[in-house]
Amino acid sequence: MTNDTGGDVRLSGISKHYGSFTAVHPLDLTVPQGSFFALLGASGCGKTTTLRMIAGLEEPSGGTVHLGEQDVTVLPPYKRPVNTVFQSYALFPHLDIFENIAFGLRRRGIKSVKKQVDDMLDLVQLGEHARKKPHQLSGGQQQRVAVARALINHPRVLLLDEPLGALDLKLRRQMQLELKRIQTEVGITFVHVTHDQEEAMTMADTVAVMNAGRVEQLGSPSDLYENPRTTFVANFLGTSNFIAAEVDSTSGDDVVLKAGGGKLTLPAARCSAPATTGGKVLAGVRPEKISLTHADDAGGIPAGRNRISGRIAGSSFIGVSTQYVVDSPVCPEFEVYAQNVDRDERLVPGADVVLHWNPAHTFGLDAAQDIDAGIQEEAAS
Amino acid sequence: MSTLTEAPPPLAPTEPARKPPRRRGRLVPYWLLLPGILWLIVFFALPMIYQASTSVQTGSLEEGYQVTWRFATYWDALSGYYPQFLRSVLYAGSATILCLVLGYPLAYLIAFRAGRWRNLIMILVIAPFFTSFLIRTLAWKTILADGGPVVGVLNTLHVLDVTSWLGMTQGDRVLATPLAVVTGLTYNFLPFMVLPLYTSLERIDPRLHEAANDLYARPVTTFRKVTFPLSMPGVVSGTLLTFIPAAGDYVNADLLGSTDTRMVGNVIQTQFLRVLDYPTAAALSFILMAAILVMVTLYIRRSGTEDLV
Repeated sequence: MTNDTGGDVRLSGISKHYGSFTAVHPLDLTVPQGSFFALLGASGCGKTTTLRMIAGLEEPSGGTVHLGEQDVTVLPPYKRPVNTVFQSYALFPHLDIFENIAFGLRRRGIKSVKKQVDDMLDLVQLGEHARKKPHQLSGGQQQRVAVARALINHPRVLLLDEPLGALDLKLRRQMQLELKRIQTEVGITFVHVTHDQEEAMTMADTVAVMNAGRVEQLGSPSDLYENPRTTFVANFLGTSNFIAAEVDSTSGDDVVLKAGGGKLTLPAARCSAPATTGGKVLAGVRPEKISLTHADDAGGIPAGRNRISGRIAGSSFIGVSTQYVVDSPVCPEFEVYAQNVDRDERLVPGADVVLHWNPAHTFGLDAAQDIDAGIQEEAAS
Repeated sequence: MSTLTEAPPPLAPTEPARKPPRRRGRLVPYWLLLPGILWLIVFFALPMIYQASTSVQTGSLEEGYQVTWRFATYWDALSGYYPQFLRSVLYAGSATILCLVLGYPLAYLIAFRAGRWRNLIMILVIAPFFTSFLIRTLAWKTILADGGPVVGVLNTLHVLDVTSWLGMTQGDRVLATPLAVVTGLTYNFLPFMVLPLYTSLERIDPRLHEAANDLYARPVTTFRKVTFPLSMPGVVSGTLLTFIPAAGDYVNADLLGSTDTRMVGNVIQTQFLRVLDYPTAAALSFILMAAILVMVTLYIRRSGTEDLV
């Protein structure tokens, strides 16, 4: 709605302590005006606290919050041009839908709210429910009321705290598209907190992955997925296979790694660990980048591809693809997703196979970190 | 389809076995209700009928009472004792308002601000119940005694000048004045106000406060537009639990008041136990009951909380 460029949300060195517990470590973050920004992380990672500090519901222990040029760090929530869609919505149970949506306008002394509220009810397709009480609506409808109640105030930033968490899967997918549509339509900056990586990736332009009170990595969904810089990000967003390897040599733009008996190549640009000879590196590759060839046909694999041999330990057919778990000497549970285009009937558990992939799809991470970071959290969510 | 045709056999044997417990289960709630219903019949319905019949009897203690359907007793009772009726409503109403004014902040504090002190404060609210109602009321006699510290302080602050002007006290005395009776009623019924208020405040999701704050409502507006309306069930039940028993109370007026502060409860007590005019006493009881019923109905209608209670 507004076109001035000074509408960025800037957090500088913002932090939050509860007694001796640090919920958010000093954090610098800029959310560009008009973007759909997601804070992604497991529960307790500090993402909601960060959001609440932007809303003014939580006072930061240190640092500042700027909205454009305005320092809002000490402003109470009712003076900030920011609105929140709360987890489980927090609709006013004693007011009907119309009054819920009109609440913010009335508090700012706007008398003729009818037209604006009706427009907003149309935007969220709830026109015929205006005089119902919140408890008479379904979860999805309540969620839309919560969005409408916040959006009607034309906030500089709309904060969404796990807004889809209480909905079932199908409705959640539907609401993701709906929210994305609304955001494109109104052009307001959205900051969305979620623990659902798929949700963050489908909706957001920029995702900040948070872990233990810190931003682990920030980037576009595809950038985070293709170039994770930590094992946490690699595991939290999708699935990754890791091979513990050692740097053998560096040649031009490539790093050659030694793993088990074989060699793997990796573009130096995609290696976030120091590539000194003898240094330990975790070589990662996503399951869908890997091709699976029966050991008998291994000769037909083009040269120059990274290859690893192993034996299929398990497979599950899920329609569009088949997911294999391959037991290999360098990695005990190598996951491979194969599109079901031309299925090779010999690829059954027990079969000896060769895994191979384009070296460009390999990424290298510092071996000093926990290989399984981020796995547990995602399973729990 | 094949799963459907296979399914019935394992279910069939359990079908007849499940029916009898279901039928018994349907009657269980009624059996459980029985003791309560019996209790209500014996201790509520029968005495009511007995009182109703007493109220339309005539006669004397020596000759015995007979049902003569003399409804004039009601008119006589009302015209003879309307000052006491009015006083009951006035005192109970004042005490209810005072209880609300004192109890609301207290309940609010316990519900939202007390943190780990919550249970302790709750115990302190209920603690007076461990002492007898009579003893507690008698204690106020000492507290409000002539020349005592409370009277002294009120005198120094010129509070008594104001209350005298309002007709609630006389001269340097607090005891045996309307103020003493209202104070006693307020004290004795405060927990009945605080507990329902606390219950309804405590049920309010604190995120609603945050949501209101987020939607440009200042703390005072948040209270006016969100907290207070949502606590209305507690306000209504608290005021009813205070007003109804206070209107029928006679102990406070008896111990802390004087002959000028007699409430309808005192009249009923005297008629029943001293004058032994049972028909008048019974008629007074029914008038009081009807009056309270009418007032409560009007009140609930006005506060518009039918769908909140």
